[in-house]
Amino acid sequence: MVKRVVIVGGGAAGMQTALELKSRGIEPMIVERDIELGGKVRGWHKLFPSFTPAGDVLKPIAERIKAERIRCFLGQDVVGIASDGVTLRSGERILADAVVIATGFTLFDAHRKQEYGYGLYDNVITSVDLERMMNGGKVMLADGSEPRRIAILHCVGSRDEKVGQRHCSKVCCITGVKQAIELKQLFPTADVFNFYMDIRMFGPGYEELYREAQEKYNVHFVRGRISEAAETINKRIQIKAEDTLTGRPLRMTVDMLVLLVGMNANYENGDLAAKSGLSLAPNGYFMAQNSFLGTVCSECEGIFFAGAATAPKSLADTLAEASLTASKVDEFLRNKFPSWQ
Amino acid sequence: MAVTNFGYGINRPRAIDLDTNDLRKSRDIIAEMPELQTCIGCGSCTASCTAGNLTDFNFRKLHTSVRRGEYKGAYEEIGKCMLCGKCRLVCPRGINTRGLVMLLKRKLGDF
Repeated sequence: MVKRVVIVGGGAAGMQTALELKSRGIEPMIVERDIELGGKVRGWHKLFPSFTPAGDVLKPIAERIKAERIRCFLGQDVVGIASDGVTLRSGERILADAVVIATGFTLFDAHRKQEYGYGLYDNVITSVDLERMMNGGKVMLADGSEPRRIAILHCVGSRDEKVGQRHCSKVCCITGVKQAIELKQLFPTADVFNFYMDIRMFGPGYEELYREAQEKYNVHFVRGRISEAAETINKRIQIKAEDTLTGRPLRMTVDMLVLLVGMNANYENGDLAAKSGLSLAPNGYFMAQNSFLGTVCSECEGIFFAGAATAPKSLADTLAEASLTASKVDEFLRNKFPSWQ
Repeated sequence: MAVTNFGYGINRPRAIDLDTNDLRKSRDIIAEMPELQTCIGCGSCTASCTAGNLTDFNFRKLHTSVRRGEYKGAYEEIGKCMLCGKCRLVCPRGINTRGLVMLLKRKLGDF
């Protein structure tokens, strides 16, 4: 008798978990809210720290999903999760022997930090906008010209009590370093300034890339958070910060301001958790059973996690976690159905 | 009628203005010593500094200010360094800080 597992979310975590389950002889099904698989990685240009094109990682996974004929329910919203299946918005239930929550995260809405003028000023963009521009092959200012001075602001929507996001989004620092290098490669004579509160280079090769950005690419790192941005009459952006390492206020005008937007918990998490008996961490992400041996298990038997549903994670961490999730699901099914296989 | 001095004045802005600062010299210094950009502001140089323990000489602040195009008084300030080289022994980024003192003296002589 085939065991079925329904996976909520068809991003990197959901897809990779599906493939790992399939290779263990378990029948996965993916329910995806969007009309396409791929999640947040879709449309991304290059991945840190190796500058690997995002498509080189995503495409083989998507092709295998197709080749393995994994059933996907696209454009379907999940409104209820239980250990025996999920409920769609239409009211239809998809029954399964276990459920994996791979719902990922929501990007911080940069409009909420009004002092930086996203949506108000033409040349204030987010790190995601920049990634899409690079993917489209042309990075330019609103008037089509090349930027000569660019500021990148770290921690927009992260570690910020004012927007209710106390946690660190983990991947923005290294993304900021990566994008600074990419901008210097595109515009070698431009000056790039990264404004940071702390630089958190947690992964393999990240610190080395940070150093390369400083030494080889001459990216300027200024320790201080930009307090406000204002548009000048010629559409440039005037910014104010404290250069905390000299202890003096600093101001300058740039052509482009890039906001490194953080990862927020999905707004639906609370509703889903309340209905299914799961609990949330203070930052709104799903709470894992414990921080060491139960990082992909939930407090409910039969419900598991994969990827950024439990905390901000890099793509590498997410893909690695998918194997662990599949292994825990497999173990659970074997214990529950001793006569299986 | 004599002007009475009430003791009021206008303060010059303290802000570092990267629009008006002349960054050519700063670029020159960084080009000669790109490793200077790798400074993470840990303060080891200042903590171990002989001059810094006896005077208000702060090497970390000094070279950071110079990189921002704030040269005024920097040359006189750098004169407090006794070139003992302890800062170079402790720098976690391996910056040749002693060499930097000599470079700053050479580049900022005309300020």
